[in-house]
Amino acid sequence: MNWGGWLSKFFTDPDRLHGPDSIVHRVTEHLVLCGEALGLAFLIAVPLGLLLGYTGRAAALVTALTGAARALPTLGLVTLSVLVAGVGDTAVLVPLVALAAPVLLVAACEGVRGTDPDLRDAARGIGLTHPQVLWQVCVPWALPALLAGLRTATVQVIATATVAAYVGLGGLGRYVVDGLATQDFPQTIGGALLVVLLAVAAQLFFAALSRFALPAGLRQRR
Amino acid sequence: MDGEPLVRWNWIHDHLGYLWGLLRDHAVISLVPVLFGLALALPLGLLCTRFPRLYQPLAAVFNVVYALPSLAVFVVLIPYTGLATQATVMIPLTCYALAVLLPTTVDGLRAVPEPVRQAATALGYGPWRRLAAVELPSAVPYLVAGLRVAAVSSISLASVGALVGRGGLGYLFIDGFQRTFPTPIVAGIVLVALLALVTDAVLLLARRLLAPWAVREKAVGR
Repeated sequence: MNWGGWLSKFFTDPDRLHGPDSIVHRVTEHLVLCGEALGLAFLIAVPLGLLLGYTGRAAALVTALTGAARALPTLGLVTLSVLVAGVGDTAVLVPLVALAAPVLLVAACEGVRGTDPDLRDAARGIGLTHPQVLWQVCVPWALPALLAGLRTATVQVIATATVAAYVGLGGLGRYVVDGLATQDFPQTIGGALLVVLLAVAAQLFFAALSRFALPAGLRQRR
Repeated sequence: MDGEPLVRWNWIHDHLGYLWGLLRDHAVISLVPVLFGLALALPLGLLCTRFPRLYQPLAAVFNVVYALPSLAVFVVLIPYTGLATQATVMIPLTCYALAVLLPTTVDGLRAVPEPVRQAATALGYGPWRRLAAVELPSAVPYLVAGLRVAAVSSISLASVGALVGRGGLGYLFIDGFQRTFPTPIVAGIVLVALLALVTDAVLLLARRLLAPWAVREKAVGR
């Protein structure tokens, strides 16, 4: 058997086309899980990051916190939270949110803190209130950093959600973990390839987004 | 997990030697790849500063490499390296470290001010002596910043290797999960975080010794 043989066996298996173990179903599961984790992390971390960045408080603490969060092994967090909370989406969402939130927090905080001080002063000078300055000057300025943070977080979450299959969840990790457990190599390799493709697709999506979705004034700066 | 405490201290006490062995194994499989990554990043970074046209394509390649999910890469390597060998885990970790270190090496080498370079030349330094005595020391703060990120994420990623048979402390997560016994998982998380913390402290100390001037400047890099 070789790579070509493995992959064609994986992709032509009737189980991969229909039913709960089909590729479309697993990709959907994976995307939903990642979407939930990223959405939650975004809601928690970004408003907090914007606020901390704007007031300039606790910025050192934010950086230290992210360093510490990077050291936490996700496989450990996933297994522990499943033992504590039982198998289910919640148990896996906790570690995934814990993975994504610090990245977004720092991106938002640093993005806002990096705003040109002259620009902020000017905005205050022409009579904008603090919320207006934050919303109309700092947030657009922080967008590139935020998008970069979102990109990192998305790629990490997509990759790590694979590990979540080990504790009994769906998604693309199922192929990898089930294949490893049953020595079914075509399945493992096929699943791994799909995760890689999904991660690269996310990278490309965010690269395109940062090229086209930024305010015109910021695009030339980069 | 009814009635089972989060940590059974006597288990930890009885398994101190075992935990120490796993910790050493973990340190080797996670930190040796970072050294390999550095050994590759230095010559590649030098090439990129001498031939700037190389840098864009190389950076793009490593950006994609960084997006590859670790579990997927481990699995894809198994046919070549076999299950439960150190190479299966260490080759991908080397690539991740290189992906982090190449940009920091290039940034560091480019950060040498042009007057400093010219002054060294005027003092009669040849290109090699200038590299060793001026350019590399100037790049040290950048390199240490990159090494900190690479080492900490390598330590955390290596535990995923337990799913393919070689993961040092990661094995504790698998073991604890299979036996519904949280103590090894907690011990594993704490030890991974400690290893990361100690490594980070050693790197900061190394920077203080190798580049004492950098301590007084503002933090560089990430």
